[in-house]
Amino acid sequence: MTQTGKTPILSLRGIRKSYGPIQVLHGIDLDVAPGEVVALLGENGAGKSTVSNVMSGTVLPSAGEMTWQGAPYAPANPREAIDAGVGMIHQELLLLPHMSIAENMFVGRYPMKAGRLDRREMERRAGAGLQRLGLDISPKRLVEGLSTASQQLIEIAKALTLGSKLLILDEPTAALGGEETKLLFKQIERVKAEGVGIVYISHRLEEIRQIADRIVVMRDGVKVEEFPSADVPVRQIVEAMVGRSMDQMFPPLATPTSETVLEIAGLSSPTGQFEDVNFTLKKGEILGVAGLVGAGRTELVRAIAGADAIKSGTITLNGKDVTPRSPKEAIQNGIVLVPEDRKLQGIIVDHKIRENIAYSNFDAVSTAGWISTKKVTAFADENIAKFGVKGSGRQNVGEMSGGNQQKVVIAKWLARNPKVVLLDEPTRGIDVGARSSIYEIIHELAEAGVAVIVVSSDLEEVLGVSNRILVMAAGRQAGILDHSEANDVSIIELATA
Amino acid sequence: MTAAPIPKDAKPNIRELFSLSGATGPFIGLILLCVFLSIATDSFLSFRNFLNILDQITVLGILAVGMTFVILIGGIDLAVGSVLALAMMVLGYLNVTAGLPMGIAISGALLACALSGAFAGIMIAEFKVPAFIATLAMMSIARGVANMITNGSQIIGFPAWFNMGAIIRYGGFLTMTVAVMLVVFAAAILFQRYRQGGRELYAIGGNPEVARLAGISVKRKTIAVYTACSVLAGLAGVLLAARLDSVQPSSGVAYELDAIAAVVIGGTSLSGGTGGVGGTLIGVLIIGVLRNGLNLLSVSPFLQAVIIGAVILLAVVAETFKHRR
Repeated sequence: MTQTGKTPILSLRGIRKSYGPIQVLHGIDLDVAPGEVVALLGENGAGKSTVSNVMSGTVLPSAGEMTWQGAPYAPANPREAIDAGVGMIHQELLLLPHMSIAENMFVGRYPMKAGRLDRREMERRAGAGLQRLGLDISPKRLVEGLSTASQQLIEIAKALTLGSKLLILDEPTAALGGEETKLLFKQIERVKAEGVGIVYISHRLEEIRQIADRIVVMRDGVKVEEFPSADVPVRQIVEAMVGRSMDQMFPPLATPTSETVLEIAGLSSPTGQFEDVNFTLKKGEILGVAGLVGAGRTELVRAIAGADAIKSGTITLNGKDVTPRSPKEAIQNGIVLVPEDRKLQGIIVDHKIRENIAYSNFDAVSTAGWISTKKVTAFADENIAKFGVKGSGRQNVGEMSGGNQQKVVIAKWLARNPKVVLLDEPTRGIDVGARSSIYEIIHELAEAGVAVIVVSSDLEEVLGVSNRILVMAAGRQAGILDHSEANDVSIIELATA
Repeated sequence: MTAAPIPKDAKPNIRELFSLSGATGPFIGLILLCVFLSIATDSFLSFRNFLNILDQITVLGILAVGMTFVILIGGIDLAVGSVLALAMMVLGYLNVTAGLPMGIAISGALLACALSGAFAGIMIAEFKVPAFIATLAMMSIARGVANMITNGSQIIGFPAWFNMGAIIRYGGFLTMTVAVMLVVFAAAILFQRYRQGGRELYAIGGNPEVARLAGISVKRKTIAVYTACSVLAGLAGVLLAARLDSVQPSSGVAYELDAIAAVVIGGTSLSGGTGGVGGTLIGVLIIGVLRNGLNLLSVSPFLQAVIIGAVILLAVVAETFKHRR
């Protein structure tokens, strides 16, 4: 199976996994050669995480065998996998913020001398690990306050310092901006050159084509396609992932009316995260907001939605000053925000879908403050159906896939029939199928006359849905591009100006 | 609560009102406990003993209702025991020492509690003091003030009818104090299940940021919850004063821990967002029945403490296992 011709460092043969009667992996074969980046793709629930968990010893396979550097390999727990040389870097970074980088790298396996912690040796080795990735940070520095990208790199340095010969990266760029992603890729190239094998899991197809040597596509627990090189059209990859041909990822552009709905004038944040932002939004128009991470995009939409304070400037809706002092005021004026971080800002994971939808729609399900359970059920079920949430109102939101969770957040806000909808990274961490249905919802919103703002780090997405694109750079409004003049280059130019 | 009438379609349906929402485990435990005690003792299974248990749980029950709301929003209130004592001393001072009518004395006592609860709430919501610390401080302050009122001595000499309210069984079974507790429980269950304000507490406990972004005034609600919890502690103090026919500043020591135990046994999660007053009622009954039964079995009070500790652990461990499945 190895197309590279090299002896694989890790081989999987016929790996199966079932939870009770439910089989999630149906006999997976996979090889990773040293110095090779294998991209593992698939929609949510395709089995990517289970495969990587089997490789890293977190999940025991029900059947099948693995070979590691020519010898049988069956890790019973993550520790054994790490000792063998398989390092897994999770999407959620697992560093301890109040400890130094060196302590984080050696936690649980501190170098000892005469029965006590050999701090000097630990810091020397940590420093060497950081050097290896070309990171110019002191190992004594606390993790707290480091950027997500740096933390990611420290996790990689940690894995390498522990002697990993295979790295599994789960959505490493999910929280990174363009620049940071570039930095990460440079480091991956470096590690690769040292002969480390890499399994790379991601939803961002564009970046996979940049970094991967080989692409493996999974669907419903089966390996459906293996592309020997990354030089495959995105469309072909997507079609393999969803198992059907995708005519178009994006719906046609919205057709805005000439009527101005929202006017932002001289808006500045008290912390300086954005300054003097000015734009107008027409009825039925979709405005994309692009820029690097830290450019102030999220802060801008949060301020418009009343979630953060505003220093100066005004927000005018249909000619009326609606500059909000709290989320409540913005909501009452018909301005709603689908926030960036689903789990921390959008939904309450242990609560039912029904309740989650009700929390932002109490006025629709109560009379004089008395809530009718019947109304809650009817209202939620109606919106669950309307926005294509796959699940019943009784289910806890936490049990659902990311795409479905996002649809719950969207349903919870759109059920209010808002006038202005702000969506911050609406498809982050969401699989391709759910993604296109979210684009469909956005399109329908605009067609229904709602003014929409979409903040996204995904250039393809911003270009695909927006009538106009506002580009931000370091808190400034770098420019607004019309759809006809916008492309990757013009956006990046403005964003890095 | 506003005085708005309950609209027709909001009328609670019976099944839902008695649904235990996660407290089925504790409920089964309570039934088993009652069955066991009915067999093991001669005197447990009687109407009279049942009324005794109700009398014994009034104070704990009312404290636990307030505590449920606090824990539901992800907080904790360590001050309720001290606030109860404060209410009792203010009541005694106003009614006996100052000679004011009972109505004014009770209002004064509850007002003092409302102020201390609001103060703790403001510290927590506006000044971001951790609830544990803010209420720990309030526990000390309230106890100190309670002691300062009489310099540590008790007050006696309430009007005779006051104590009678805790003794006379109206209609053959209901004392005033028990009636107050039942009303508090009923109102709390209705509030938590059918009032917008009640559902908002679940949202705040589940995730305060999600709640804020959903347009809920999280700070105001937090202050209101701590105020309500304190007022309920004050009400419990008034009932305790009626039962004892006297007040002393050393009352209610460690009552906050009993209240927390009852809430936790009843299935409300200390991390907030799940559980409710229905479960707490079960928790309070478990503690009440257990104490009563152990007394009937002549178990020493020291061993009783050990058993109650074990029950708390059992309840939480059972809950954890249920969630892991």
